[in-house]
Amino acid sequence: MSVVEQRPIGPGNAQVMSRFELTKRLVAKLPGEEAVIGGIGNTNFDLWCAGRRPQNFYMLGSMGLACPIALGVALAQPARRVIALEGDGSLLMQLGSLTTIAMLAPKNLIVVVMDNQSYQITGGQPTATAAGADLVTIARGAGIAQSTWAADEAMFDELVDKALKADGPWLIAARIDDQPGAGATDRDPVVITDRFMRGLGTKK
Amino acid sequence: MAAVGEAASDNRAWHEIVQATLKANDVRLVTYVPDNVLKPLIAGIHADPFFTVFAATREEEALGIVAGAWMGGMRGILLMQTSGFGTLANVLASLPVAFQIPVLMMISERGTLGEFNLGQALVCRTMRPVLSALAVEHHTITRLDEVEFIVDRSIKQAVATRAPAALILSPLLTGGKVFKA
Repeated sequence: MSVVEQRPIGPGNAQVMSRFELTKRLVAKLPGEEAVIGGIGNTNFDLWCAGRRPQNFYMLGSMGLACPIALGVALAQPARRVIALEGDGSLLMQLGSLTTIAMLAPKNLIVVVMDNQSYQITGGQPTATAAGADLVTIARGAGIAQSTWAADEAMFDELVDKALKADGPWLIAARIDDQPGAGATDRDPVVITDRFMRGLGTKK
Repeated sequence: MAAVGEAASDNRAWHEIVQATLKANDVRLVTYVPDNVLKPLIAGIHADPFFTVFAATREEEALGIVAGAWMGGMRGILLMQTSGFGTLANVLASLPVAFQIPVLMMISERGTLGEFNLGQALVCRTMRPVLSALAVEHHTITRLDEVEFIVDRSIKQAVATRAPAALILSPLLTGGKVFKA
C-alpha cells in the first residue's frame, strides 16, 4: 500500500515546514543527472542556495512556466528525471499545465510545490490556497493521480525517494512557512542557459 | 531547396509544405492552441508519427514547453492564432529572448483582410509592434511559392543565432477565416 493511501493528508493538517530545509533535502537526493526547473521567486532563491548544479535551470520572469519548461525537458529527454520546483502563486497562474502533464503522462516528471498560501515576495498577499484551494486535489482532478501532500519532512523524503524511482508523473506538495529566500540567484540568463544545456549534455 | 520563384511546379498546399519543412529541419515537437486555418496543418502533423504533437491550454504554456524541449535537445514550434500571440509579450521577453532560446512560432493571422470580429482586428495591431519591440525576427508569408524558403531559412537562422522567430501566415496564403453572413 502506498504512503498516499495510508496517510490521507491535506493542507489543513500537513506540518508547516521550512522551504529551504525541504529544498536542501531534495537537492541532497539528486546525484547529478536529474534536471530541476526552479520557478521564480523564493523557490528559485532557495534552490540556488541549496547548492548550484549544472542540471538546475533558474527562471527569471515568465512566472508560472516552471511546469511547462520541465515538461519540455522531460519530453526531450525521457531517460532523465525532471523536477519542476514551483510556488503556489506561480502554479495557480498556470493550472492548465497540470492537465497537459496529465494528458501526456511523462513517466519522468515530478512537480514539487511549495505552498505558503501567499505571494510572499510581493508583500505576502494571500493566494487562493489561503482560502482553501487544495493544489493536490486540483492536480488529482487534472488527472495526475499520484499527487499528495507531504505530512512532514520524513514523508517528504519518502515521497521524493519514491518519485525518483517509480514511474510518474508525480506531484508532491508541501506546506511551508513564510521565511524569505536564503539568497538570490545570479541574474545572467545567457549564462544560466549555457550551464543548464551543458549540464543536460545538449551543448558541448 | 529551390529559391522563391523556382517552386512553380510544386503542387502541394501550404500546410503540406510547412509540415515537410519542419520535418526536414528536425522540428519534432509541435504544440498548439488550435485555430481553424491551422486545422489541416495540425491534422497532417498528428497523422505523422515523426512528430510529438499535442494541444496546450495556453500559448504561454506552449512557449514554455518548446523552450524546455530546446534546452533538452529537441527542436519545437508553437502554433497559434493572432489573439494567442497577444498573450505572449511577457514570457517572450523573459524566456526565449532573454535566455537566447530559439523558440519557433507560427501564427495564423486574424484581424485583417476581411476580419469580422472587432477584438481580433484590434489585437492584430499589437502583434508586429510587440515582435519589433523585442527585435524578434518575423516574416509574413503571403504566397505559396515562398512558404518553403521562408520557413526553412527562418528555422535555420533561429537555431544558428539562438533567437526566437515568428512566421505569420497571411490570409493571402491561407484564405483566412471568412465571415458567413
